[in-house]
Amino acid sequence: MKPARKQRLMLIVLMLIGAGFAAGFALKSFNENLMYFFSTTDVVEGKAPENALFRLGGMVVKGSVERPGDGLTVHFKLTDFSKEVPVEYTGILPDLFREGQGIVAHGRLNAQGIFVAEEVLAKHDENYMPPEVAGSLKTGMNQATGQE
Amino acid sequence: MFLIPDPIVRFFHRMASPPHFYALTERLMPWLVVIFLLLLAAGLYGGLYLAPPDYQQGDSYRIIYIHVPSAWMSLFIYVVMAVAGGIGLVWRIKLAEIVAVSSAPVGAGFTFIALVTGSLWGKPMWGTWWVWDARLTSELILLFLYLGVIGLYGAIDDKRTASKAVAILALVGVVNIPIIHYSVEWWNTLHQGPTVTKMDKPSIHVSMLIPLLLMALAFKFYYLIAMLQRARIELLSRERNAYWVKSMISLGAER
Repeated sequence: MKPARKQRLMLIVLMLIGAGFAAGFALKSFNENLMYFFSTTDVVEGKAPENALFRLGGMVVKGSVERPGDGLTVHFKLTDFSKEVPVEYTGILPDLFREGQGIVAHGRLNAQGIFVAEEVLAKHDENYMPPEVAGSLKTGMNQATGQE
Repeated sequence: MFLIPDPIVRFFHRMASPPHFYALTERLMPWLVVIFLLLLAAGLYGGLYLAPPDYQQGDSYRIIYIHVPSAWMSLFIYVVMAVAGGIGLVWRIKLAEIVAVSSAPVGAGFTFIALVTGSLWGKPMWGTWWVWDARLTSELILLFLYLGVIGLYGAIDDKRTASKAVAILALVGVVNIPIIHYSVEWWNTLHQGPTVTKMDKPSIHVSMLIPLLLMALAFKFYYLIAMLQRARIELLSRERNAYWVKSMISLGAER
């Protein structure tokens, strides 16, 4: 390769490395802010902000969804398979909301340690399959007893 | 470049010659269009008709046959654009510059489609049109990078200088590509994790996967067609004073 070209190539490689490092450090320092939600363990351990709005993500615990009264209020528990947090929400739930489904709720903790959500979003998982496959998978899973 | 075998070097040298590139792409174009249409028809038929509905989302999931290939293309085209721009910078090959700038509008289009289809799907499924999570935000930044490339190229009159400026912008923006791809693994996001590209078994049923891959291939061919057409026009306008363009035009006038 001719020296001039080699020099230009080196310059470009150096530029890429520099940009990579800059981006890496920037993302590292913003890491907390880039997390879209807190896990339930974070909340139980007190890492989530008090008296402030934040997002809480987790799986809806099977059998925990209750509707006291005829209103739109719904109670359920969220888990990350280690700690659970009770959630209260009044409003319309998205299509994918169901027990065992991952969701992200936006709201704040009240004095009783209940997360009062103002907005509930469903988090879709990356699995796509026909209903019959899902059915057979579920029966197989129940026999093996495990989650996910 | 001792690492690259001789025939490949010769192919690239030939391709770098504008008249040769122009003539070759003219002959290739009908074939590319035929392959694209066949793949698109097969992919759409498979995806919208043959593939079974999803166990959770029913038929709404079928938007992935547009959304996912578009999102893949938005990343793929950006990498092609940056690499072509880099080749143009180092070896000063005119055609590499042209491929880089011709890729930008196509890539911007695919990015826009990915964002819009994702938003349309997000409203019923997640319950929101848009969230500022890492995946969605980095993909939006990608759209701005594309628009920046298009704008910068248009703002500088001398097209060779413009190509260099654009190549540098495109190369710096490459850092965003791994960020987009890994955003769903590095951070908690509302957007789900990768389905097809994770290393172990894809978590999508084969009957749904095959149309998806067909669509992805069809989009690749669409990109080739659109990019090459733009490149041919760009080449003609840059080379309008060259002998081969003049002789071609006068030949066309005589006919």
